[in-house]
Amino acid sequence: MATAILQTIDFKLHERPVLDFLPSGIADFDTAFGGVPRGCVTDIFGSASSGRTSLMLSLMAQATAREEFCALVDASDAFDPKSAAAAGVVLGRLLWIRCGGNAENALKATDLLLQAGGFGLVAMDLGDVAPITARRISLASWYRLRRAVENTPTSLVVVEQAPHARACAMLAVECARERVRWSGTPGCSQLLRGVAFAVDRRKPLRPGCAVIEAQSMR
Amino acid sequence: MFACIHAPGEIARLIACAQDFSPQVEQTDAGTVTLDIDGLGHLFGSAHEIANAITRRAGIPVNVAVAANPDAAFHAARGFSGTSIVPQGDEAKFLASLPVALLAPSEETAETLARWGIRTFRDLAVLPDLGVAARLGEEGVLLQQLARGEHERPLVPVEASLRFEEEMELEYPVELLEPLLFVLARLLGDVCRRLEERALAAIGWRVRLQLENAADHERAIRLPVPMRNPRVFLKLIELDLEKYSPAAPVVKVTVAAEPAKPRTAQSGLFIPLAPEPEKLELTLARIAAVVGEENVGSPELVDTHRPGAFRMRGIGIHACKPSTEKHRHECLFHLAFRAFRPPLAARVQADFISAPGIRGKIARQAGPWRTSGDWWTPDPWSRDEWDIELTDGALYRIYCDAQTGRWFIEGSYD
Repeated sequence: MATAILQTIDFKLHERPVLDFLPSGIADFDTAFGGVPRGCVTDIFGSASSGRTSLMLSLMAQATAREEFCALVDASDAFDPKSAAAAGVVLGRLLWIRCGGNAENALKATDLLLQAGGFGLVAMDLGDVAPITARRISLASWYRLRRAVENTPTSLVVVEQAPHARACAMLAVECARERVRWSGTPGCSQLLRGVAFAVDRRKPLRPGCAVIEAQSMR
Repeated sequence: MFACIHAPGEIARLIACAQDFSPQVEQTDAGTVTLDIDGLGHLFGSAHEIANAITRRAGIPVNVAVAANPDAAFHAARGFSGTSIVPQGDEAKFLASLPVALLAPSEETAETLARWGIRTFRDLAVLPDLGVAARLGEEGVLLQQLARGEHERPLVPVEASLRFEEEMELEYPVELLEPLLFVLARLLGDVCRRLEERALAAIGWRVRLQLENAADHERAIRLPVPMRNPRVFLKLIELDLEKYSPAAPVVKVTVAAEPAKPRTAQSGLFIPLAPEPEKLELTLARIAAVVGEENVGSPELVDTHRPGAFRMRGIGIHACKPSTEKHRHECLFHLAFRAFRPPLAARVQADFISAPGIRGKIARQAGPWRTSGDWWTPDPWSRDEWDIELTDGALYRIYCDAQTGRWFIEGSYD
């Protein structure tokens, strides 16, 4: 009897459908990925000058333009308000938490913010945290964050040098610098005009790539 | 029965004295208060004894008058010194000798009365009613009623100042926070109940702890929006006291709320997501306990050209204006800048740069951009900036301080 009942139950693991996405406002990125999923962890990783921060600010700008509140947990105190304002982030709708280089405090603060709820986007910036330190963050901590953000309309975006959220991230994208656009003659009256970045989906393993170009503020 | 106390220039003392006898106290003019003394006879005895008790309680020379209506008492107190008891039914006779100017008639009426030779209350009281009404109108009728001591009106009581404060003296000094929180929970609950009765909320709290053999420990907590949840207040005070602990055992606790009208919010299905103010305040207090109060807030640009200038302020959930359609289209994909705080000291030699964690050959560069400012302050700045690209592709903003000649990496483009 028990065997018959068990046979009727479908034990297949279903991937939880993502109901909503937060768009980035970058046409190519939104076409390729749909934005970043709400109620999930999104990992944006890459080396220095790979466009991770530009992408994060663009997401924040879109969230604040939709009158949502954003929180930035800044592990290394690297956030530049002027740059964010230029990208369209409404600073009045942004809660900035400066952790002074302490990744553990960043994790605690992110957890508290997710428990409080009500934010459209919570970004944890570990972009300048050394990979050896970021690797020390236990998988249990990542699972805790994933559980905290689940079933909420909040997007948790983690900016890192390497993908550490692993299984806990619903979407992982790798950013890489494609080309730097300079104007003028080399050595004389040059100007940094912009940088093109390639964004590749690393999780889920489906082909997905976008090339996005950021304009310099100079 | 009504009593009136008159002492020019002592109104605060008079109100306090009157409120010791009755809750129905009216400030009739700048130096006079009138109070309802019905029922005080059981406590003090006759009207004369009540008047004497009031005089003693005032502690200063005052005129006290007792009468059946407030205006008769008022005029008697202003017109006769010492204690006056106006007999009920004989008010006109008692007040007869008072000058008619005490009734404060209008300038025109006063001139008319003077022309008629009306000098005292008696002169006005004996005039025929219809004649006074025909010649002086409504004001004349009122003045005549006042002169006869017949005018009846209700008192307009002064509003007692609302103080939402509770205190408790402890039987023995408390050293630990946990037992102190029990006391605070009770006091906060009482104050919140009183706020609720008045349909008010608290916008701030003041906690004063009287310490054993030490100066008082006083903390003030300011809230972004009015709230009324005692649990939230208790947690906020707990977090504050954990951070700023009293220096000695506590012997007395006082909590006081700053009352404010509760916030009103229109709910709706399509209102964007926002944190609940109570939860957010608690969360911010918890995070501030971890990272420091100065590191939590909303960034605000400062009106200056100084690079990297900003200030932190509290996040205002209700202060934000809705975004305009124009703003939504203004969100451009800009190259973001990541700041190194503090800037990294660097060595630049020809086309090679080295700093802690950064080292490489400069492939391309743009600049310099010379900026300076605040030369009139003790903290001026002057520098030349460059954007550089290293051979490994990383982009940085570097600058040379014009005052010291030293090089720094300010941050990276990311």
